[in-house]
Amino acid sequence: MWSYTLKRILQGIITVWFIATATFVAMHNVPGDPLSSDRAANETIRANLEARYGLDRPLFEQYLMYMGNMLRGDFGISFTQQNREVNDIIREHFPVSATLGVLAVVFAALGGILMGALTALYRNRLPDYIIMFLVILGISVPSFVFAALGQLSLVNLNAMMGFSVLPVAGWGTVSHMLLPALVLGLGTMAYLTRLMRSSMLEVISSDYVRTARAKGVPPARIFTRHQLRNAVMPVITVLGPAIAAITTGGFVVELVFAVPGLGRYFVQAVQQLDYTVIMGTTVFYGTFLVFMVILVDLVYGWIDPRVRLK
Amino acid sequence: MKPDRSVDSRLLSAAGRQLIVFTLISLLGVAVLMFALNWLAGLTSSAAGGSRAAVDIEANTITTYLRDEPPQMNSMIATDAVSGMILNHVMEGLLRYDQFGNLEGGVAERWEQNGSEITFWLREDSLWSDGQPVTAHDFVFAWRNALSPALGSQYAFILYPVLNAEKVNNGELPLESLGVEAVDDRTFRVTLETPIAYFDRMVAFVTFLPAREDFYNATNGRYGADPHEMLYNGPYMMTSWVHGSSLRLEKNPYYWDDNRGLIEVINFAHMTSDPNTLLNLFKDKQIVMADLGATMLDEAMLQGWQIQSFQEGTVFFIEFNHRDERLTRNLNLRKAFYLAQDSGELVNRVIKLPGYLPGESLFPVWLRGVEDSLRDEFPAPMYERNIELAREYLQRALDELGLEQLPQMTLLTGDTPTSRMQAEYYQEVFKRNLGVDVIIDSQIFRQRLEKMTQGEFDMVMAGWGPDYDDPLTFADLFTSWNLNNRGRYASDALDAQVRIAQSSLDTEERMRAFGEIQRLIYEDVVIIPNYERGYVYVTDPRLRGMIRRVIGAEIDFTYAWIEE
Repeated sequence: MWSYTLKRILQGIITVWFIATATFVAMHNVPGDPLSSDRAANETIRANLEARYGLDRPLFEQYLMYMGNMLRGDFGISFTQQNREVNDIIREHFPVSATLGVLAVVFAALGGILMGALTALYRNRLPDYIIMFLVILGISVPSFVFAALGQLSLVNLNAMMGFSVLPVAGWGTVSHMLLPALVLGLGTMAYLTRLMRSSMLEVISSDYVRTARAKGVPPARIFTRHQLRNAVMPVITVLGPAIAAITTGGFVVELVFAVPGLGRYFVQAVQQLDYTVIMGTTVFYGTFLVFMVILVDLVYGWIDPRVRLK
Repeated sequence: MKPDRSVDSRLLSAAGRQLIVFTLISLLGVAVLMFALNWLAGLTSSAAGGSRAAVDIEANTITTYLRDEPPQMNSMIATDAVSGMILNHVMEGLLRYDQFGNLEGGVAERWEQNGSEITFWLREDSLWSDGQPVTAHDFVFAWRNALSPALGSQYAFILYPVLNAEKVNNGELPLESLGVEAVDDRTFRVTLETPIAYFDRMVAFVTFLPAREDFYNATNGRYGADPHEMLYNGPYMMTSWVHGSSLRLEKNPYYWDDNRGLIEVINFAHMTSDPNTLLNLFKDKQIVMADLGATMLDEAMLQGWQIQSFQEGTVFFIEFNHRDERLTRNLNLRKAFYLAQDSGELVNRVIKLPGYLPGESLFPVWLRGVEDSLRDEFPAPMYERNIELAREYLQRALDELGLEQLPQMTLLTGDTPTSRMQAEYYQEVFKRNLGVDVIIDSQIFRQRLEKMTQGEFDMVMAGWGPDYDDPLTFADLFTSWNLNNRGRYASDALDAQVRIAQSSLDTEERMRAFGEIQRLIYEDVVIIPNYERGYVYVTDPRLRGMIRRVIGAEIDFTYAWIEE
């Protein structure tokens, strides 16, 4: 188990190093740089700026310097937010994305499990048809459409009620999070509903459920102990990557609801060619994703020893 | 009754009951979780402790938004419009613009230009937000610092008219040799390289704002990064700034002018540029104003809102590549392109936003001439669309170039939906009227700039906004020495006229030079003017006196008040 864990962590570190290097190379090969602006700088100003950010040194030296700083956990200072360290940007804005993400995952998981179980129980009957139709919508419609529609309905609802039922956008209280989290979790919720449904259907017709019935186990007990508990396993295994995907993929929702999350900085940095922020956020997100995948692998290995042996 | 079925239905109803129980437990769990998150989110709140309504009459507070997070508030390195707008509320320079856009004294009570020497007399009651007086030394420090090579300010060039400024900026001379002097605490003297007529109008720009040396040095390079790391001398003070989320301004008790800063608190509670979000926030009465997109006009009219528009001062145009190896070097080819299009059609049929003006000249309509508007005194000569003539010019160009047919031309443009839409209009017009194939090269901002600088285009959709209130801010764009002249147009005649406009102290002579520059740019078809950009916006009817400016703060609340 220990050697397996160590191996996975080592693989993870190599992956992150690869991500960092590839991003560094790609970023520096894009035409333009973070110092260019619509007011062209003369040689003096340009040289002053380059010296300030260390861009006047050879690229390989910059790379070594960068990697050295990164190992010490220092991502440098942003080019566009000139007085802010990238570490500060991540520390201040990732919790926002994470909070929204956690709530979205909770919505998605609970909604997915409950609705999946419901559709399996009522398969080929009205609740099943309605929910499965909604699931197809949830999977195929992109989140920005839901975000815009949700916000518009909220405005109309507030206008109709004459007071603010829920705030339209912004951040600060849990009432600000409800709609964005729901919108953010919808896709995953739909996906989990389908997963739960098929897994539940498999379990319902399994031998041990039939045995339990034959033994005369009370129906409520059959449902919770034998069916739900077994059917929920595959859902839990996909939750790890789902958490990472939701926490890192909320840019559009953050934009529409004016949520000060990290996603906005991630996308803006790319548009602005803000080298340090691009590197910082990419490496951070990369590490986070890799960590979640390793965690799931380790949990797998713990549950099922066959995985370890492979 | 089959036993099998009854087992099934018993199981189903039991499972249904269980599901309901689980749902209730989940809801309870979510409620507890949200309670915890509520506390967590309070730490990164965007409400900034203020009220949520757009206008709070009792607290004399308004709530509005910022398009972007300001990069930082150090006036000596600020380059963007959002920082400029906040700085205009929290700082005051020697001179400023009044409600009507006229130059008036700010920290300076009066000023006098004598050849290349300008003296500013500072008012006694102008104070910093810690109660100490604003002195001439604060300007000496700020101007020197803005030019210091170590600071690396992008806008350092705007100080170059000051004696020795450029040499100080490239490290040839020490900071002390800059032509600024604190004669005494309240007398500030500037010496210019050569006498120029428009220096007082430049002084209203953010780079010229004061900063106090002892405080600046105490911040250890973090001046302007956070509210407590800044000293204010304007009508407002920044009291909170949650990065990426909100910013709060409160009245500065030390500010001298009772006519400004009438609203107690200005709460920038949101930072977003999404027009739909802004419209929804405005509709929900959460913000006092919102800029509108073209698709939102009908809705705004339906709601019966006050719709206002203004030209924000920037001119947009197609810039040709005048480099030797490019076909667009040929004058007849450029004329053909010009004659084949119609900027009126672009504005009225493609952009369809009120507030936009069809482009006619490099000089926008708001510039002042001798007595009236420059464009009234020197009307812009223009080619009317004439497809016959355009084809004739194209044929002539082909003959001169020795070509059978024109190869594909590249039109470089930005990556926003609007700029792509405009590029598509030109692509279609040039194809239909001239039979020329144009490919659109759509790039993000910094890559477009790089391609412009490297000359990798035939035509580029470009724009230019003013830095100061004088036609020269546009006129010198296409001089052979200007680094922003990315199409590399070069003409001795134009350069000569710009030199006159730069050095002459006689207003009439300068304006004649601008008229001449306008004519040269038209005759040589340096650009095809597209439009002057406008903004359409709605405001809460209770908010009065808000000003939108071409020069200085794009939105100015310092003269605004709330009417019940």
